[in-house]
Amino acid sequence: MSDITLNAAAANPEATPRNPPVATTGPIAWVRENLFSGWLSTAVTLLLGYLIIRSVVGFVDWAFINAIWSVPVVNGVAQTQSCRELHGAGACWAVVTEKHRFMLFGTYPYDEHWRPAIVCVLFVALYIVSAMRRFWNWTLIPIWAVMLTLIGILMWGGVFGLSYVPQERWGGLPITLILATFGLAFAFPLSILVALGRRSNLPAIKVLCVLYVELIRGVPLISLLFMASVMFPLFLPEGMNIDKLLRAQIAIILFAGAYLAEVVRGGLQALPKGQYEAADAMGLTYWQKTGLIILPQALRLVIPPLVNTFIGFFKDTSLVLIIGIFDLLTAGKTAIVEPAWQGFGVEVYVFVGLIYLVFCFAMSKYSQALETDLNRHSRR
Amino acid sequence: MPGAPAAGAGPHVMHNNVLGHDNDMSAAIETGGFVASAVRTDAPPAIVMDKVNKWFGALHVLRDVDLQVAAGERVVVCGPSGSGKSTMIRCINRLETHQEGRILVDGVELSDDVRALDAIRREVGMVFQSFNLFPHLSILENCTLAPIWVRKMPKKQAEELAMEYLTRVKIPEQAKKFPGQLSGGQQQRVAIARALCMKPKIMLFDEPTSALDPEMIKEVLDTMVMLAAEGMTMICVTHEMGFARQVADRVVFMDRGEVVESGTPDQVFNDPKTERLKLFLSQILRGH
Repeated sequence: MSDITLNAAAANPEATPRNPPVATTGPIAWVRENLFSGWLSTAVTLLLGYLIIRSVVGFVDWAFINAIWSVPVVNGVAQTQSCRELHGAGACWAVVTEKHRFMLFGTYPYDEHWRPAIVCVLFVALYIVSAMRRFWNWTLIPIWAVMLTLIGILMWGGVFGLSYVPQERWGGLPITLILATFGLAFAFPLSILVALGRRSNLPAIKVLCVLYVELIRGVPLISLLFMASVMFPLFLPEGMNIDKLLRAQIAIILFAGAYLAEVVRGGLQALPKGQYEAADAMGLTYWQKTGLIILPQALRLVIPPLVNTFIGFFKDTSLVLIIGIFDLLTAGKTAIVEPAWQGFGVEVYVFVGLIYLVFCFAMSKYSQALETDLNRHSRR
Repeated sequence: MPGAPAAGAGPHVMHNNVLGHDNDMSAAIETGGFVASAVRTDAPPAIVMDKVNKWFGALHVLRDVDLQVAAGERVVVCGPSGSGKSTMIRCINRLETHQEGRILVDGVELSDDVRALDAIRREVGMVFQSFNLFPHLSILENCTLAPIWVRKMPKKQAEELAMEYLTRVKIPEQAKKFPGQLSGGQQQRVAIARALCMKPKIMLFDEPTSALDPEMIKEVLDTMVMLAAEGMTMICVTHEMGFARQVADRVVFMDRGEVVESGTPDQVFNDPKTERLKLFLSQILRGH
């Protein structure tokens, strides 16, 4: 098409470029071309259209029109009779209305729920600040230090008139955010070092990094968590005990580190050799070359698989339920153990799933924006 | 046959007798070229390669290479592909390591000593066939990176310097752009400016025009001629025979890892002594 235009222009320089024929552009042309281009595509369009409309209508009926949003509570026991009479025709959001505080904060003392609530807000604020490229420098380190201290003070208490809350009582969303945030914040730098180490010329470092990646990647996360919770204390001297959450946290960091290291290594390998040589020829030191030339390009290349792994690990934190840590998903599961609420799992899991979705979708969208932004100038 | 002329007639030209080799050709420094020679035979040689050998696995890619380059001398290295010419100049700043023999650059011997290597790389600029600009940095940042981080120059001063060299390669207006937005010829000129920003004593060119479209070759060669006219010590691997005639003090012909012949452009192109050089010349002339 463009060739023809060019030729026409070349043949007659006076000719003004013409617009394409109306019938080939615009929404109607698009619909005709993409949805109704033949009898088969028309049939598929109609069938899929019917299925989509039906399921959307069904969901809206269930989730909104027939839904029950609250039930009366008599003597501390929820009267869920009305919900049960729906026989699944409508959602019983009353379980979320009644139990959302338990799902979000677990067994944290009820009167102190404002503390984990603020912690969640602080985490989100921390994510937003860290996501802004304006803060991608040394200021990020004090910001994280201050935020994490604040989070620690709020969760534990015991100072500034806050009552002490032992770690065993923490639960719900803050646990998920703590595990995911610390997990990835420590695993990411670790993975970069390991990936660089795997390409090192020093055999000892290389072997160490290969061993670490292969050993950790070769076992399931659940077995690592078990080891962290059951076996690890056996190796500690008598009387010394490391917090169970911290042990799970370390297991997650090590596990995520091994996976991310392979992603980062992929980026390092994708860079043309000439980039390394040009940096060497200039006389840059190894760390200057790595920090200024190699990593900025390699990490850009692997943003999609990197964020893929991040999202995976955000959700994998829910595996800590296996060692009895009360994360968001465990709290949701526990909320419906109560006899009155048994049988309303769907609503609870939809609610919990929605929270995971919000975080993961935000990560996904952010990574797309970052990718476009960073690659704007460096198309090769 | 390869060994005989190498040992006897001294085809590896030595401009002074540091290593005790023949000196028969040093008087024949080119005088008829377009660019006046700036060879300084009084100063110590910029580069000395003494019986350098290198293998890639079992493949013997450099065989007893002897080469001395005087300060201010312009040497053009030519030869068929796979003859080891790129490997040879990549040994000079240790992008490749040699296994036998000695290489001295600006009086410093190349070894595993990292500090000596850093010192050498600061003084040796390199221009690659594939430009190797850093695509994530702007043209200006590409040029200021090494002065700032290696020479510890203040940013402002480095930027002024970079603009000066970008002006000399005639693309100051592209400073804010990124490498991907420039043509091949422009990118290669940026690469030359980037190397010059380190104020190197020696410039190495590894087939700088081989990846360029024909209409862009001239602009890069012009830049290199300008550099040659300023008295820069240059070693250039290239097939551009016109360029060699115009600027080279000496042309070195390599084949199968050996320096087979070397002399003034006139001697090498018009009066080839070996069959291998004759064959090579007939092939590239047919190609042109």
